Amino acid sequence: MLAQLAAEFPDFWPEWSIPYWLMSILRVVGGLVAVLLPAGGIVYLFLFKMMSFMQSRLGPMEAGPYGSMQLLAEVGKWMQKEDLAPENADLRIYRMAPLIVLVSTFLLIVVVPFGPQAWFTNFETGIFYALAVGSVSVLGILIAGWSSANKYSLLGGLRAGGQLIAYELPMVLATLGVVIQAESMNLNRIIEVQNTGEIFGIGWFGNPFIITQFVGFLIFMIAVQAELTQAPFDMPIAESELVSGYMTEYSGFRFLIFFIAEFATAGVFSFIAAALFLGGWGVPFEWFGWDNLGDVAWWMNFVGPVIMFTKMFALVGVIMWVRFSYPRFREDQLQTFAWKVLIPLALANTAVTAILKVVL
Amino acid sequence: MSLFLRDYLNVVWFGIAALAVGGLLLGLAAAIRPSKPNYDKSLAYESGVDPVGMGWSQSQIRYYVFALLFVIFDVEAVFLFPWAASAERYGTFGLVAMLVFIVLLLDGLVYAWKRGLLRWV
Repeated sequence: MLAQLAAEFPDFWPEWSIPYWLMSILRVVGGLVAVLLPAGGIVYLFLFKMMSFMQSRLGPMEAGPYGSMQLLAEVGKWMQKEDLAPENADLRIYRMAPLIVLVSTFLLIVVVPFGPQAWFTNFETGIFYALAVGSVSVLGILIAGWSSANKYSLLGGLRAGGQLIAYELPMVLATLGVVIQAESMNLNRIIEVQNTGEIFGIGWFGNPFIITQFVGFLIFMIAVQAELTQAPFDMPIAESELVSGYMTEYSGFRFLIFFIAEFATAGVFSFIAAALFLGGWGVPFEWFGWDNLGDVAWWMNFVGPVIMFTKMFALVGVIMWVRFSYPRFREDQLQTFAWKVLIPLALANTAVTAILKVVL
Repeated sequence: MSLFLRDYLNVVWFGIAALAVGGLLLGLAAAIRPSKPNYDKSLAYESGVDPVGMGWSQSQIRYYVFALLFVIFDVEAVFLFPWAASAERYGTFGLVAMLVFIVLLLDGLVYAWKRGLLRWV
């Protein structure tokens, strides 16, 4: 069957390819790296160090050089904590909730391409799939809030639900502009278009959509900030009002899974933003004389992930910078901002992009 | 199995991998951590005082209008994406048709706005 597939789809199943089971194992291992490495890196670089420096302190310094082993120490600490549950809790789904959030992160990384052949899946409707799966984590959060049988948790869960659906829409509509420009929903194709494109005849740096879709990029990043419930959009876990929101009753490793999933999702959304607006894994193809995706040299499969990770850390850096700098919105301001500012703006952006695309 | 389905099979592997990683870590933690439950630990947390009433208390639901609006606009996005992926091919006719569609939905948002439904009471 493999030979037949190879004959039918030479691009997707080249001659040198390895058996399917080995490919799947490699992909899953790659996926684990692409989820857990950003999570750890973000927590250490930004949460431990950048926040500390912005607040005139050193942050963790004891575990390892410059506190770089702090994360392992934390995991060891959380592992020894007792796993508590409130007596009225709906135990079965209370225990399931963190896993649902973690699974949604893993389902999201599936669409991110890291090189011309280094992808996990190559969906024709890639970005559409990402937007659909991205909202699964809301279910985990609502379940966690409800099943804890705690007033703080319930309020936090409801707030999270309202916030996540409000900011889902600007995010979806902001990507429409990119899809119109690239004429495809496939993320690898979108990256190819950005790296082969040109702006009014100037093509030496390609056409990263952050330039032509700047409004879309801004809306997308604001929506990502809200989807990740990072300050100034952190009402669901507002510690001065709701203790810790939907996570109040969780302890030990289940709490840590929520925590890991939060920062892993920050990494994955930044990967997607990098692919949509910053040219993804590519360098402008003109530099090396490539015409299209099929021409790209094999070594881009190894350089591509490095470029992707660099862009991801830069974008997360911006998200965290905003998080550490601004105070929290009020709950009504949050909803108003999404429905009265971002959604009309995103719709206008879509319309303008479409008109320019058809007219020019 | 077609390549199309094969691609989607990867999604299943990733889901299983996530459950395996989570399960493995939780299992490891279960082997290490202590377990000495008592009544005070299992009380719902209410900032140190004894919990009043049930955790599932009634509260005002302000979200149903937003939920309805969300459904409308999300369905709109489903219709917009296929057109957006080939906007140039549909040309002026497709553009005008979709702009009418967008304006109609925007009208719905303006109506909800004017009725004061977007206000957080």
